[in-house]
Amino acid sequence: MTTTSPTRTRPFPGLNVERRYRLLYKPAVFLASLMPIGWIASHLLGWFGFLPAVDPVKFLELEFGQTALNFILLTLLITPARQLAGLTHLPRLRRMLGLFAFFYAALHFTVYVVLDLDLNWRMVVADIIKRPYITVGFTALLLLIPLAVTSTQRMMRRLGKRWTKLHRLVYLIAILGVWHYYWQVKLDVREPLLYALILALLLGYRVVRSLRKRTPRPATTHPGGMTGRTVAAACDDIHTA
Amino acid sequence: MAARIPRIAPSEITPPEVYFNRRAFLTGALATGAGAALGRAAAAIVPAQSGAPLAYTTDAAESVEALVHAPGQNEKPNTWEQITHYNNYYEFGTGKSDPAEYAGQLQTRPWSVTVDGEAEVTGNLPLEEFLSPYALEERIYRFRCVEAWSMVIPWVGFPLATLLKRFKPTSRAKYVAFQTLYRPSQMPGQRRDILQWPYREGLRIDEAMNPLTFMVVGLYGRVLPNQSGAPLRLIVPWKYGFKGIKAIVRITFTEDQPATTWSQAAPAEYGFYANVNPNVPHPRWSQATERRIGNPFFHERQPTLMFNGYADEVSHLYKGMDLHRYF
Repeated sequence: MTTTSPTRTRPFPGLNVERRYRLLYKPAVFLASLMPIGWIASHLLGWFGFLPAVDPVKFLELEFGQTALNFILLTLLITPARQLAGLTHLPRLRRMLGLFAFFYAALHFTVYVVLDLDLNWRMVVADIIKRPYITVGFTALLLLIPLAVTSTQRMMRRLGKRWTKLHRLVYLIAILGVWHYYWQVKLDVREPLLYALILALLLGYRVVRSLRKRTPRPATTHPGGMTGRTVAAACDDIHTA
Repeated sequence: MAARIPRIAPSEITPPEVYFNRRAFLTGALATGAGAALGRAAAAIVPAQSGAPLAYTTDAAESVEALVHAPGQNEKPNTWEQITHYNNYYEFGTGKSDPAEYAGQLQTRPWSVTVDGEAEVTGNLPLEEFLSPYALEERIYRFRCVEAWSMVIPWVGFPLATLLKRFKPTSRAKYVAFQTLYRPSQMPGQRRDILQWPYREGLRIDEAMNPLTFMVVGLYGRVLPNQSGAPLRLIVPWKYGFKGIKAIVRITFTEDQPATTWSQAAPAEYGFYANVNPNVPHPRWSQATERRIGNPFFHERQPTLMFNGYADEVSHLYKGMDLHRYF
């Protein structure tokens, strides 16, 4: 793939890609990723004229959970954005966004265990086993842990091809996360459905792209093979492309 | 152990001129023409202005007030702010703060209530006339939402039983059905079919006649704010909050069990009875405990009591009934 054409004006021409990301984009994204904390704190403490939340525990729980989901969807947006907008180096931001997803998911779970259930572990276990929407959400959180642990350069190198396979778990995590959100809503499912729609677009993009790439090679394609393909399998191409 | 629950300092919540009135019955001179015509001195005057002072007595409720106490629980009433800014009132939106934000546009005057069905006296009455015969009293009740949070709320109103008796229900009146106003122009939530509008609720006649069942026109000694169900709402303290239908425009005595909104929306999750019951979980969450809004962090959760702590007063209504089936 060719890099950006020399005629295209590019911000900060004095810096090479490496330095632009390290000195500018990454710090900016890092600070932006902390903004939800400020927003949540403002609502909690009544700063900037926001009314303090009447039910701070539920508020924290919902906000942290939704923020985690936002970051998961952001990580899934990287590949389409790179391919469609030609932002070749965008994946450099993916690790940070993924770690923020884990960070907010962990805060979400902490609020639930510490503030919502008052550290009553028997209730936590009962909830995880008996309440399907919590089972689903907890599974998503558990699956995030290996991804966070193996997010370092060293682990990437050490795991090699297996790293890519492992990190495909994010597709499952995203589905579980949206499902968890959808399932706990009492009645008004508009917002969870919006998340489901966005996720469907992000995953659908990958499926379509991989199908289009495979069809011109009739020899290697099994006649009925398309219908049974899973999303995860279809996503293979993204990483090998 | 039957100690009174602590009262909130009135200075915190009620303007002094209201507070000095709180134990005073309204005199006949203040009553409306309709009220005077009925020959009742103790008539309810409910100003149209949301948040305006209400005159009421607690004397009639002394015995009932003790009922809110539950052994071993600290039950301080929630603040006005909490009660009026954390509402489920889907007519104004599904967010908890939507009612506080959007309910102001609802015009609660003129207002009238239709009473019909299996009763000797039926008809459509202007609100002033509808309310005039009743002396208002304050009752501090626990409020338990089906979403497993709870509050303690000082309502002002009168027992539903006194109201129902006035219309002389016949022997065929086995149930009482209630209906909320349908006015999408002022209730923006009704513009979407998220629930079957208008909102409907109902009680068995013996539940409706129970002395705890309360018609509410006020909160903390003031006229009920719109987001809390003005001008007239129901409170059934041993049932989940959604039974407490708001902005009532119609009361119908029926022979058959009436359809109710939430059980129509999700029959497997919300029943007609909706009694607070820690032993019958909601299909998606437990009802064994509840978070009391306003409790300090780390101590929010407390056990949910059978019939919300009012078992002594109401459990006889359900003798022999399978409460897992009739949830």
